[in-house]
Amino acid sequence: MNESLFINIVIGISIASVPLIFAAIGELLVERSGVLNLGVEGMMIVGALLGFVVMSHTQNSYLAVLAAMVGGMAIASIFAFLTQFLLTNQVATGLALTLFGLGFAAFAGRGYTEETIQLITAVPIPYLSDIPYLGPLLFSFNPLVYLAFFMVYLVWWFLFKTKQGLILRAIGDNHDAAHAIGHNVVRYRVMAILFGGAMAGIGGAFLSLVQVPIWGEGMTAGRGWIALGLVVFASWQPFRIIFGAILFGGITILQIHAQGLNINVSAQYLSMLPYLATIVILVSLRMRLKNKTNRTVPNCLGRIFHSTT
Amino acid sequence: MSNRSLSSVVKLSILSVVLAFTSNVYADPVKAAFVYIGPTGDHGWTFAHDQGAKYVKEMMGDDVIITTVESVEENSDSERVITSLARKNDIIFTTSFGYMNPTIKVAKRYPNVKFEHATGYMLEDNVSVYSARFYEGRHVIGKIAGRMTKNNVIGYIASFPIPEVIRGINSAYLAAKSVNPDIEMKIVWVYSWYDPGKEADAANALIAQGADILMQHTDSTAPMTVAEEKGVYAFGQASDMREWGKNAQLTGIIDDWGPYYLERVQAVKDGTWTSTDVFHGVDSGMVKFAPMNKSMPKDVRNEASRAIIDLSMGKIHPFTGPINKQDGSPWLAEGETPPNYPDLLTMDFYVEGIEAKYPN
Repeated sequence: MNESLFINIVIGISIASVPLIFAAIGELLVERSGVLNLGVEGMMIVGALLGFVVMSHTQNSYLAVLAAMVGGMAIASIFAFLTQFLLTNQVATGLALTLFGLGFAAFAGRGYTEETIQLITAVPIPYLSDIPYLGPLLFSFNPLVYLAFFMVYLVWWFLFKTKQGLILRAIGDNHDAAHAIGHNVVRYRVMAILFGGAMAGIGGAFLSLVQVPIWGEGMTAGRGWIALGLVVFASWQPFRIIFGAILFGGITILQIHAQGLNINVSAQYLSMLPYLATIVILVSLRMRLKNKTNRTVPNCLGRIFHSTT
Repeated sequence: MSNRSLSSVVKLSILSVVLAFTSNVYADPVKAAFVYIGPTGDHGWTFAHDQGAKYVKEMMGDDVIITTVESVEENSDSERVITSLARKNDIIFTTSFGYMNPTIKVAKRYPNVKFEHATGYMLEDNVSVYSARFYEGRHVIGKIAGRMTKNNVIGYIASFPIPEVIRGINSAYLAAKSVNPDIEMKIVWVYSWYDPGKEADAANALIAQGADILMQHTDSTAPMTVAEEKGVYAFGQASDMREWGKNAQLTGIIDDWGPYYLERVQAVKDGTWTSTDVFHGVDSGMVKFAPMNKSMPKDVRNEASRAIIDLSMGKIHPFTGPINKQDGSPWLAEGETPPNYPDLLTMDFYVEGIEAKYPN
């Protein structure tokens, strides 16, 4: 395998993984606060649409990314209102959010299927990207790729190094106790849900702003569900999201390259791998739970909080 | 309001109801439904079918009521959709290969409804099949690709290993090989009809592996946008994709279903519909071509135009023997051309010379 092909594969994997990293790191924070939002796919597609629409009107990539975040947050706020104030079932509401998001984006995006935009392109970092081998591998990506990795770090830092992060985790583990000592459970959860929406929005916009310069309904093609699986795969640990996303995205890219190179692999078996891995991890988590050593699954995940006072 | 005027209002409304009723009886519009695999905005396969549906509406006006259902997956969902359409329609077009079994199943339960299944091969008294000889289009773009490639590598983004897609690959390969013996074809299966992200991934991978011409048998414009960005050539799929590849698109294979749809819906209205097996090509205008890119050298353009004329006059057949199968076993003898059934309609092998392994 020659060098440029290798670099190309690495770039391909990064492009396939980054939408997953964004969506999954947002959902991880949401789940850490004890809320299960199955609407990731719906928030992603709205982000993809809004990012594309703003880009096609303004040609300003900053505004486009911002719009995608706002779009994701707007649709997440519906979920927050329904589940946190009207106390609806989170699973049903999340599913509804996905269906609504896909339908809404398809409807609102009707006039944009014929448009095309200027992609946000990679920006090689001056000097550093000229280093042989390492330069192209580490320092010549799209700015959003670096942002994705930074967000993972930020979420880790927030959860484990700040007081608010500790409170958020406490709420996720036992909302009644957290409420009893005076923390505002609903406010934390609403903020987390909005953050999750913003991240899913960027994740979706990455598809329509970086990967392909087109808008097409349903273009997220199930990536939101993969992101949900990824949170479980990562067993709610931020840095494992990166590993999982590279694995999930990498398998797609590697099997495409393997086909082109006539390497005999079964595409179906390879596509099963990430999900198999997720199931194995779920089972092992369950076993650890039996041994009472589990510290990862937020105990209140998906449970409705209702303050009685 | 006085009694008198009230009664006249009642009379008027009764009259209008009667009028509406009788006019309905006389007009009796045909109810036609279309089931699509993707969104109508894909600017590929589904877009082309939807253009056909719109053409019928335009030509028949009030004589037809058209219902379309988009993005219907090829699983049990499709049977549910087709069943609910069968209750209310006179004729239903199911426009993807994977709808074959559901169409046949529903057709047996609704013998008075006419069904038209695209690209399949199972007929019933109330089920027609229709397809276009897109492999004729692939023959033309294969010739162009063979001439235009500098690396001698063609990248092919394929969807699912069904006969329709296999025919296209074989036809394009044979045509490219006939003008350029050094040609190599790299084939990537994405196992989706419509996933812009994955189609773009495949396009990028093929270009990284040396392909400088892309062909696609998936429905989105994503591969065309990648080709434009990377400065390689590509061909429009199902509709003219010039908009997404001003420099990249050499030409495109355009599906023109409109006249066929009009003919069939009209036949239902006239009561002359019978089950048929239609497989039209360049000759009938079902397969058309997008304008050729000006950057193509004149002799290449001439050669392509000649191929189109020869195909339309039936002078050449893209599969003309001697052709062996990939494993070296003979398929067609010298000068032989294959019958529609089973050879073309159930094709499940690569021809000799393609190096990629046949997907299982």
